[in-house]
Amino acid sequence: MTATSRADTIASLSQRTRAMRGTILEMITAAASGHPGGSLSAIDFIATLFFTRLRHDPKNPTWGDRDRFVLSKGHAVPALYVTLAARGYFDEALLPTLRQLDSPLQGHPVNRFMPACEAPTGSLGQGLSVAQGMALAGRMDRKDYTTYCMMGDGEIQEGQVWEALMSAAKFGLDNLVAIVDWNGGQIDGSIAEVMPSLEPVVQKFTAFGWDVREINGHDFGEILDAIAWSDSRNGKPKCIVARTVKGKGVSFVEHPTKYHGAALTQEELGRALAELKESK
Amino acid sequence: MSTSVKPVATRQAFGEALAAVGADHPDVVALDADLSKSTKSELFGKKFPERFFQMGIAEQNMIGVAAGLALSGKIAFCCSFACFLAGRFETIKISVAYAGARVRLVGTHAGVGIGEDGYSQMGLEDIALMRTLPEMVVLQPSDDVETHAMIRWLVTDCKQPAYLRLTRQNLRRLHPEGWVYQPGKLDVLREGTDVAIIASGGPVMNAMDAAIALEAEGLSVAVANLSSIKPIDHEGLCALAGKVKLIVTVEDHNVMGGMGSAVAEVIAEMRANHARVYRHGVLDVFGESGTPESLYAKHRLDSAGIAAVVREQIA
Ligand SMILES: Cc1ncc(C[n+]2csc(CCOP(=O)(O)OP(=O)(O)O)c2C)c(N)n1
Repeated sequence: MTATSRADTIASLSQRTRAMRGTILEMITAAASGHPGGSLSAIDFIATLFFTRLRHDPKNPTWGDRDRFVLSKGHAVPALYVTLAARGYFDEALLPTLRQLDSPLQGHPVNRFMPACEAPTGSLGQGLSVAQGMALAGRMDRKDYTTYCMMGDGEIQEGQVWEALMSAAKFGLDNLVAIVDWNGGQIDGSIAEVMPSLEPVVQKFTAFGWDVREINGHDFGEILDAIAWSDSRNGKPKCIVARTVKGKGVSFVEHPTKYHGAALTQEELGRALAELKESK
Repeated sequence: MSTSVKPVATRQAFGEALAAVGADHPDVVALDADLSKSTKSELFGKKFPERFFQMGIAEQNMIGVAAGLALSGKIAFCCSFACFLAGRFETIKISVAYAGARVRLVGTHAGVGIGEDGYSQMGLEDIALMRTLPEMVVLQPSDDVETHAMIRWLVTDCKQPAYLRLTRQNLRRLHPEGWVYQPGKLDVLREGTDVAIIASGGPVMNAMDAAIALEAEGLSVAVANLSSIKPIDHEGLCALAGKVKLIVTVEDHNVMGGMGSAVAEVIAEMRANHARVYRHGVLDVFGESGTPESLYAKHRLDSAGIAAVVREQIA
């Protein structure tokens, strides 16, 4: 990437994600339920992946050679839906049907209704194992796709995640990339309150045999570099610890717990959209 | 019925069948969680090491990885003891069943039939759990011939997630070689007009012996092998229930929610007059240590026990 094209990419991502943040909040308010905080912390990474990196075909979501993205922290699915719509997987007119009866936009990702979701998630802790199976299959079939899996910092308290970390390193799956959206919050409190011993997380992942990189998950330059770094086929799975802010982008939504699972009221939504419009 | 061959455990038949079918099906893979010598998945693993994944003692992850493999085109046999797979139920519910992944969960060492290891190693609730999952196929073969046929069907035809329940203990062969497997069908082994014993898995051969003993006492006893617990053969069950006065179900599983419950559900909803159903099995108690034989005797899953239960229920 040349310097100017990189600057353009970053500028366009930052503009896009500002609009996407607004759409995410609108969808959740329309549904009167959902998870704003973890969607807003994740959107910058997800959008960067889908707009700059993933080899995929929105018209053929089950194309065998596609890169896979598994959103293991499934409650942040509005961030995925808004990205999929923007990439042309489905008509944006479907977005307001989030969480409604008969909508393919289920409250958590479901591959049987939306193949681009890759796997059903929502029961935290399961996605990395499934992503690992996809990476193993890719290697067996001599396909060069990459499988990405995004987890939450609260999510990785689940034991299954550590089982998956262990076996991915055993199998040397360098076509598997885990992203931890480290926004510092969960439901009953901050990570520091609920499970302080989760840190130091970089050392833990490293000790489990992974190559780890820590970034500011809202800095598009750092996200682009980290994704490029994760491409190396060096016999080790990669983990990107993206330090983020829960609710990022709207001042009063930025909080480790307050807007984890609470939709904004119409009044709050109005304020949020105004703030997003003003911000540059 | 051929009785000349040596009895063999359905887990052994599974390992042999998988190793055989693997040769012409390169998409078949197997995973195990440090029990491959016991589940017999090692028979496949030794022949196809590049398609066998030793996952360590981490069953949830194994199940999830199997799902990912299946979602990428593999037919993934995911093996452990029945109890350790059922113990990871929620991973099965979401990553396998809801995903629609072509995973074959193979739970061996089913029931009290495992013997000395005791309750912590006994799968006694696995059927109840698995059959509550939409689209999940639940199978329990009664001998080696049926196991071979089921493995082939699971590889070549069945598109849904499936659970296969197998025994540690050896079982006498009940089906002739070359017998044709009919998926989803009640397998009537013996006709009779007074009572029907519907059995599944380990106790089927004992049900056959019980029927012969009861016949000598003047009772005409049918025996049906219900190896396809889900989907279940509504027609076959209703036909049987219309013919006899009493149906006794027999299984090495808790009677709560097991094969017998599945049968009772079907027959209770029949519009036509139908037989009474009595569910026999592990009567909602914990298992314990003992030889497999002594446990089958204690739980009246041996032929004498089954015959006694039928006599009590017909009286
Ligand atoms: C197995 C499981 N347990 C509990 C929940 C309920 N739950 C939903 S989100 C959440 C907190 C998740 O925290 P984190 O992974 O950090 O997500 P984020 O903060 O990014 O939204 C919990 C406990 C769940 N979905 N799955």
